[in-house]
Amino acid sequence: MILLEHYLIVASLLFCLGLLGVLFRRNALIVFMSIELMLNAGNLVFVAFSRFFGRMDGQVLAFFIIALAAAEVSVGLAIIVVMFRKRGTIDINEASLMKG
Amino acid sequence: MGDPIFFYLFATIVIGGAIGVVFLSNPLSSALSLIFSLAGLAGLFVLLQAHFLAAIQVLVYAGAVMVLFIFVIMMLNLEDCKKHLKVSFASLIGFVIALNLAIVLVMHVSAPLFDDGVSDKTFGTIEGVGQLMLTRYLIPFEIVSLLLTIAIVGAVILAKKDNPKETT
Repeated sequence: MILLEHYLIVASLLFCLGLLGVLFRRNALIVFMSIELMLNAGNLVFVAFSRFFGRMDGQVLAFFIIALAAAEVSVGLAIIVVMFRKRGTIDINEASLMKG
Repeated sequence: MGDPIFFYLFATIVIGGAIGVVFLSNPLSSALSLIFSLAGLAGLFVLLQAHFLAAIQVLVYAGAVMVLFIFVIMMLNLEDCKKHLKVSFASLIGFVIALNLAIVLVMHVSAPLFDDGVSDKTFGTIEGVGQLMLTRYLIPFEIVSLLLTIAIVGAVILAKKDNPKETT
């Protein structure tokens, strides 16, 4: 019998792997992919709760998150392309002009 | 609800793909394992009776977002970033933080709800989701469409070649 908490555990692991990718990798593209993983973990939680409470609101919100992720990826990849053109690398440690 | 075997199969694909994204050195391999992970997630959505969302997941992520990623990876012609995988002090701290969060989340999840069958015939179909989206969530829906337009314009403006006359 699969309970709600099984889905929540999968989503937690997915979120933590995404967080690990953001903290661990220095390639901007992989950081972006990890952010996608975290957004999808949120999606999975929304859809799981929507199923187990029998309401479809969570699915609508997950749909909005997918649209949001698409917008984020298009703008973010444009930023990465510009960064590569200006600096010749997409290592996020090199993007330290503002001493962040 | 379906067979528990399918849940474990798709969950393994999701987590395995995510591990591949984080730990593979070549960005192209990372992108391919991200596709695996997202496809497994679409399978989990089907198990959760969210058929419309599963279709959208495959279309938008595997179809659009990943093609964009792979285009950019090919276009930038990156060298293998194996040297970025070296373990530094900062990345060790990141590892510890993520591991801690994972332990805390997994230990404290407690939601022993089980499924009592579908009551609504339109649950998770285009009809049900669309009806909700165009009635109760109409204003967020419009805002999302506006956001997508802004994102398209922003991406074009950001990525176009600079005019050589106006140097910044």
